[in-house]
Amino acid sequence: MLGEGILKGMAETAKNFAGSFVSAERLTTVQYPEQRIPTMENARVFPFLVYDGPDWQAGLRCVACQICEKECPPKCIYIAKSVDKKPDYAGKQQFYPAKFDIDVSVCMSCQICVEVCPFEAIKMDTQFELATDDRFGGLLHDREQLAKSNEYYHSIHPTEAAEVDVRLAEEKAKVEAKAKAAAETAAAKGTAAKASPAARPEGGQA
Amino acid sequence: MVEKADQVFVLLQHWLISFLPAVLQPAAAVLLGVIAIVCVFPGLFALTTIFERKGLGRIQNRLGPNRVGPFGLFQPVADGIKALIKEDIVPTSANPAVHFLAPVILVVAVFMGFAVLPMGRNMVLVDMDAGLLFFFAMGASTELSVFMAGWSSRNKYSLLGAMRAVAQMISYEIILLLSSVAVVMTAGSLSLPKIVAAQNQYSYGLPHWYIFTPWGLAAFVMYAIAATAETNRSPFDLPEGESELVAGYHTEYSGFKFALFFLGEYLAMFSISGLGTTLFLGGWTAPLSVLAWIPSWIWFFGKVMISIFVFIWMRGTLPRLRQDQLMNFAWKFVLPFTLLDLLVTAFWRFMGEGWLRWVVSTAILAGAYVFMGRVGMYKEHFGSRTYRYAE
Amino acid sequence: MGITFYLIAAITLAGALAAMTLKHLVHAALAVTVAFAGLALFFLNLDAQFAGFAQILIYIGAVAILVVFAILLTRGSDLPKDGVFSHTWFVGFAIAAGIFAVLGWAVLASAKALPSESAVPAVTVHDIGVVLMGRYVLPLEIVALLLTAATIGAVIVALHEKERAR
Repeated sequence: MLGEGILKGMAETAKNFAGSFVSAERLTTVQYPEQRIPTMENARVFPFLVYDGPDWQAGLRCVACQICEKECPPKCIYIAKSVDKKPDYAGKQQFYPAKFDIDVSVCMSCQICVEVCPFEAIKMDTQFELATDDRFGGLLHDREQLAKSNEYYHSIHPTEAAEVDVRLAEEKAKVEAKAKAAAETAAAKGTAAKASPAARPEGGQA
Repeated sequence: MVEKADQVFVLLQHWLISFLPAVLQPAAAVLLGVIAIVCVFPGLFALTTIFERKGLGRIQNRLGPNRVGPFGLFQPVADGIKALIKEDIVPTSANPAVHFLAPVILVVAVFMGFAVLPMGRNMVLVDMDAGLLFFFAMGASTELSVFMAGWSSRNKYSLLGAMRAVAQMISYEIILLLSSVAVVMTAGSLSLPKIVAAQNQYSYGLPHWYIFTPWGLAAFVMYAIAATAETNRSPFDLPEGESELVAGYHTEYSGFKFALFFLGEYLAMFSISGLGTTLFLGGWTAPLSVLAWIPSWIWFFGKVMISIFVFIWMRGTLPRLRQDQLMNFAWKFVLPFTLLDLLVTAFWRFMGEGWLRWVVSTAILAGAYVFMGRVGMYKEHFGSRTYRYAE
Repeated sequence: MGITFYLIAAITLAGALAAMTLKHLVHAALAVTVAFAGLALFFLNLDAQFAGFAQILIYIGAVAILVVFAILLTRGSDLPKDGVFSHTWFVGFAIAAGIFAVLGWAVLASAKALPSESAVPAVTVHDIGVVLMGRYVLPLEIVALLLTAATIGAVIVALHEKERAR
C-alpha cells in the first residue's frame, strides 16, 4: 500500500533513536580523544627503525644498505652511510646509518621499504598522532626519533615480530654454527699441523 | 491558581503597561507582544538547531555535538558567534541591493506570520478577521525572497536552486491552502482564535480536534506534506541539497546573511507547525479534558515542538525526492486528494451528527487513497532486473 | 486621508516610477512588486482585510513570480543596448494622461453621488462569502470558467511542446 515504506522506515529510525540511549550497538560513537579504538595489528602509518637490546645505537638493525632509499616511490628516505662498522645481531661487522631521515609529510605509507629490507630493520609503526606545529622540521623524523625497540615492535605487531625474531634467531644460529664449524676446522687444522705432517682431518666431533 | 498560571503572560503584559499613560497603552501592549515573539522564537530556533543535530545523530547511530557545554547545549552560541564574525562576502557581479534585501525580506515576512497565531488562551498578538489569509499572504512573500536570493547571486547553481525552490513552493502552496480550506469550511471563520475555540469542546473526555475526524486526518497529512515542502525540509529539500547544488539559493551568502536564511527557514517551520496545530490539533487546548489544568501555552508550544520533532524524524528517515518526482506527487496525487477531501468535508458537514457520516467519509477517503495508490504505483512497476557483465 | 494615505501613495508611486525607468528588467519587476505591496497597503488602510491580503497573496505571491519567471525564461534579463526609452514616448505619455483624466473624472463624479458618511460598515469575510455565493455567483462562476480555460490552455501548450520535442 502507498506509504507503507515510509512508515516502516520511520519505525526503524525510531528504533535507532530510542535504542541509542540504551544499547551500545545502536550508538557506535567512540569519544576520541578520551576513548580510543585500539589499532589493528595490520595497521600501518609511518616507518620506524627497530633496534635490539637496550642501546638504540648499538642494537640498530639497519646496515645502511640504502635499498629502501632507492625503492621508496616518493623518495622520502635520506640515508648517509657511516665510515666505520659495528657488529650486527649476528656478530658480523656492518656499516650503520649516520643519518636516517624520513619526511613523514612525503611518506605515503606504501610499506615498500619494509618489503624490500633484507635485514628486518625498518617496520611500519601504528602511531598516527604525529601532528606538530613546527611545519619546517617537525615532520622530518631523524634517526633517533625513528629508532624504537624490539619490545615496542612486539607490542604493536606481535605475530609479525615473533616471526621476525624466529627468523633472525635461525640466521644467527646458522651464522654461529658456521662460525663454530669454521673455528673447529681451523682448530683441527691447527692441531693437525702441530701434531704430524700427515694431517688427518678430525671428523666432526661436535 | 490554574487561571493565573494559564494567563500569566497576559497578566504580566497588563501589569507592565499599567505604568504608561492610557493613550500609549494599546501600542505598548502590541509592542510587548512583538518583543516577546522576537525573543521567544529565535530562542526556540537556537534550541531546535541543537536538538536537530543531536536527534539526527541519534537516529544515525551517533552522538550529535557534545563538546560545547553540557551535552552540547551551548552549540548554538558557538554557531551564532561563528556566523557573526565571519566575513560577509558579496560576489562582485552580484546585484548588491537585491542581494542584501533577500534575507531581510525573508525574515520579515516569516516574523509577520507569527502575529496571528494564538499561542494560548487570549494570547494572540492581532486577532484579525482574515487571520488565516494573512498568514498565507506572508508565506507567499517568502517565495519572492527565495527567488531574489537565487537570482541576485549571479550564479547558475543559485538560480537553478531558486527556480526549483519557487516551483516547489508554488505547487505545494495550493495544497496547503486547500487543506486549510477544509478546516475553514467546518469552523466557519478565517480567524484563528475562533478556529481554536471551535475545537475547544470535549465529548467523553476526548476533544473535538479536527485531526480526529476522517477528513481532518487526511487534511492534516496533506498539510504536513505541504508544510515540509514549503519550508524546503527533507525529503523536499532539493533546492538546498548540499550534495546537489552546493547550497542552492543561499550559496553565495556567508556570515550573518546565511544565518538569517537559516533563521528564516526554521522560523517558517515553527510558524507553519503553529498553524498546523491551530488548525488541526486544537491549538492551545488540552488533549483530554482532565488535563485542562495545565496552562494553555504549554500545550501550544508542546504540540509545536512535537511537530518539529516529527520534521526532524522525517529528515533522518527519508531520502531526497527528485524535482520531477515531487512535482508529480504534488499535482497528480496530493492535489486531487485534497479536492476530494473538500468534498468529503462537505458531506460531513451536511450529513448531520451520527455514525453514518463517519462511515461514509472514512470509506470514501480510504477507497480513494488505495485506488490512487494503486494507480500511482502501477506505473512504477519494474520487472526483474537483468544484468549484463562485460566479458 | 491622513499621513498614512500619503505615505502609502508615495511608496506606490515610487515603485511604479522605478518600474518605468529602471533599465534592468528584473529590477523593474521587483519595483512593480513594491507597487503591488503599496496597493495592498491601500486596501488595508481602508479596512478591507480580505482584499488586502488577497492582493498580497495573489499579486506578490503569484503574479510577481510569474512575471519574473517570464523575464528569465525569455532572455529578457540582458541589458538593452540602446536604452529603454522609445522615440515616441510623448504618445505614451499623452495616452496615460488621457486615461488618468477619464478615471479621475469618473471617481470624482461618483464621489459626489455617494453619501458622505464617515462610518464605514465593518465588512467581515463572512459577508464577502455570503455575497459572493449569493448575489455575485454568476461572475464567480465565469471567473472560475476563465481560470479553468487558462489551466487547460497551459497544459495543452506544454503538451504540444513535448510532442514537438519528440
